[in-house]
Amino acid sequence: MHKKILLISRHAPYGNSIAKDAFDAALATAIYDQDLSMLFMDDGIFQLLRDQQAQEISQKSFTSMLSALPFYDIDKLYIHQESLEQRGLTIENLIVDNATIVNSAQISNLLNHQDHILSF
Amino acid sequence: MHIIVNNQQLAVDKDGYLESLQQWNTDVATEIAQNENIQLSAAHWEIIYLLQDFYKEFEISPAMRALVKYTEKKLGPEKGKSIYLLQLFPPSPAKIASKIAGLPRPANCL
Amino acid sequence: MSTLHTVNKSSFTNRALESCILICRSSDGILLLEDGVFSALKSAPNATALEALNQQGIHIYALLNDVKARALEYKIAAHIQLISYDEFVSLTVNFNRVQSWY
Repeated sequence: MHKKILLISRHAPYGNSIAKDAFDAALATAIYDQDLSMLFMDDGIFQLLRDQQAQEISQKSFTSMLSALPFYDIDKLYIHQESLEQRGLTIENLIVDNATIVNSAQISNLLNHQDHILSF
Repeated sequence: MHIIVNNQQLAVDKDGYLESLQQWNTDVATEIAQNENIQLSAAHWEIIYLLQDFYKEFEISPAMRALVKYTEKKLGPEKGKSIYLLQLFPPSPAKIASKIAGLPRPANCL
Repeated sequence: MSTLHTVNKSSFTNRALESCILICRSSDGILLLEDGVFSALKSAPNATALEALNQQGIHIYALLNDVKARALEYKIAAHIQLISYDEFVSLTVNFNRVQSWY
């Protein structure tokens, strides 16, 4: 059965495993052919920065990994506008140029149209 | 665990995936393929190198859907089909081809 | 169609509640649990914002067991409703979905 699922990723990469867990959960959900969207907000925005050189700390780069999302047919990506602005970033700093920028009210709306939320 | 290729001992995980891509070479690929009852042809090598390109670009091993899409993008719609990959790397192309290419086991692969 | 938001971090040290407040809307509810119950204090950074949400009809709950464990029972804001584990379970069933802020 097709469920509308929103995965919310709010944590910075590398310092702990939350961001990687979110990514793994997204790929797994995609394999089960669900209607998946992903929302990046708060420090989750930092996962999307271009040119992360994670080999410097012996980790896999989120720049690289998140670039694979289109190959898993995960193309509904949302970015929280206030989080972006708070961090002094613009969409040009991020790897997802096809993402939709949404404000808080739009996110409330997005949440309330889901069957499930995966919180990361 | 380990496998032996050209008198060299190479560490593999419990499913037979190479621990380090640095140790991979064509002899290693041929040996792993033989263990999977696959004789490598030019068509196989094309997919093996394609997988390694995917890994270089995204730092993950692709699951089946991603492998099909990537193959379609790079090699065209004729080869970007499950059935084509299945004929080359039965019974589970993403898993078997990753193993032969020296990559980690694809996560979330059914 | 409404969402139950749970927050398990103290707003004295963490901004999870702040983000939750931004996204929360009138039919939703907020449940403070674990270290989130520190945000139920009258002195907490988001106390005024929480009270304003409550006045808009958003129910604010705090898990009584976590409140008692931290000796906060008589220090929390009056509008916040203290609930048991059983009531927590009922809430998760009665809302359409749950978002955990952590």
